[in-house]
Amino acid sequence: MGERTIIPFGPQHPVLPEPLHLDLILEDEKVVGAVPSIGFVHRGLEKLVEKRDFHEMMYVIERVCGICSFIHGQGYVQTIEGIFDLEIPDRAKFLRTIWAELSRVHSHLLWLGLMADAYGFESLFMHCWRVREKILDIFEETTGGRVIFSVCKVGGVWKDIDNETLKKIVEVLNVVEQESKDLTNVFIKDFTVQKRTRGVGVLTYQEAIDVGAVGPTLRGSGVAMDLRKLGYAAYGELDFEPIVEKDGDCYARTLVRAREIYQSIDLIRQCVSKIPDGEIDVKVKGFPKGEYVSRLEQPRGQVVYYARANGTKYLERFRVRTPTFANIPALLKMLPGCDLADVPLLALTIDPCISCTER
Amino acid sequence: MAFNVIGKTVMKSLFGKPATAMYPVIKNEFYPNTRGNIQVDMEKCIYCGICGRRCPAGAIEVSKPDKKWEIDRTRCIVCNFCVQVCPKNCLSTERHYTSPMTDKSNRISTFFGQTVQEDA
Repeated sequence: MGERTIIPFGPQHPVLPEPLHLDLILEDEKVVGAVPSIGFVHRGLEKLVEKRDFHEMMYVIERVCGICSFIHGQGYVQTIEGIFDLEIPDRAKFLRTIWAELSRVHSHLLWLGLMADAYGFESLFMHCWRVREKILDIFEETTGGRVIFSVCKVGGVWKDIDNETLKKIVEVLNVVEQESKDLTNVFIKDFTVQKRTRGVGVLTYQEAIDVGAVGPTLRGSGVAMDLRKLGYAAYGELDFEPIVEKDGDCYARTLVRAREIYQSIDLIRQCVSKIPDGEIDVKVKGFPKGEYVSRLEQPRGQVVYYARANGTKYLERFRVRTPTFANIPALLKMLPGCDLADVPLLALTIDPCISCTER
Repeated sequence: MAFNVIGKTVMKSLFGKPATAMYPVIKNEFYPNTRGNIQVDMEKCIYCGICGRRCPAGAIEVSKPDKKWEIDRTRCIVCNFCVQVCPKNCLSTERHYTSPMTDKSNRISTFFGQTVQEDA
């Protein structure tokens, strides 16, 4: 048994652009334990609900995260609509679903790129991000922004997508699907890549449930839990099954995300074929009173929103539980037993978003 | 199979069009929906100040007595909320972003409405 050393990982690290800090306890090259600390980029956005009216707050909540910005906005308005007990038009529901699924495609492509970069495969990283650029262009064309969309509002959406643009989106996605196939094949079939990912950081079925992992981390361990199955927005009318892999290692988690890209593209196709005509918003009158919890599936996993309103234009309390926060215990379960060189890779496989976590 | 993919990618990268545009010679085209610089039509503005009160970033200041509409370009988060809530539809977004500035004193754009000449 070797001597124990403590090596700090982060908050500034070449692999993670975001400030996650881990104190790694090492025995020679093997990690035997890890102590996380977060809190480097806390912004206090939840407290801001007491000073901004509940309509304006949408634009603040969207800025919790730059990658799942749309789903954050969607979750917030869904919570407020829950307090109002408001039924939004079907077309708005489908539009929200389309944008949410596009967010998932671009988030997973971004993650695959980062993953390739983590084991030094830089050209693959650039190709992933080149394909992702097409999705960002769709966002700019339909919403007006590439990262922050500002299209959700309490009671519906601000902008409509006409049917011609919807067809164009499907055409672009056909190209994205074809190009992603070449890329994901490298992650799935390449011998060298598999050497880095197979059997590394195994999280068993029981462990994943015990530590409360969410999203692709949980599904990579064989638990078929996808909150889109709850049927919020238009998911109730779409046909899909959660994507599950059994192994629970880095390879399984990569595979889940790679397969989810195609699932999302398929969901968008279904949305485009089923989207009804009609209004895109309903008028909201008065101020919210009461409380509500809503749960959504983000690209990184389950996100929980809680809001309490007291009948004034300011909310009383607002809380977001983001997926990365739930996945950090899972990361700590994976780390013991792995090599020091695999730590960045393992930290990446939970798809950490620290600015989400600290809000 | 793998060689096919590699070969195809290499050939595409060598002889294909680059994925990036040759900025600044070729400029990126914006879409009609793109949210850019906020513009105001002072002839329609009634100085109600709703845009200023609803702005999540507090970037807009409206003064009715001076007939003045002022925006801090560095504070504006281009969320388009002011454009949506304006009762007179006098606000709009241009199809290009705010240009970068070297001097902070330029960050505030002020617009004045036409003052009505009173007869002496």
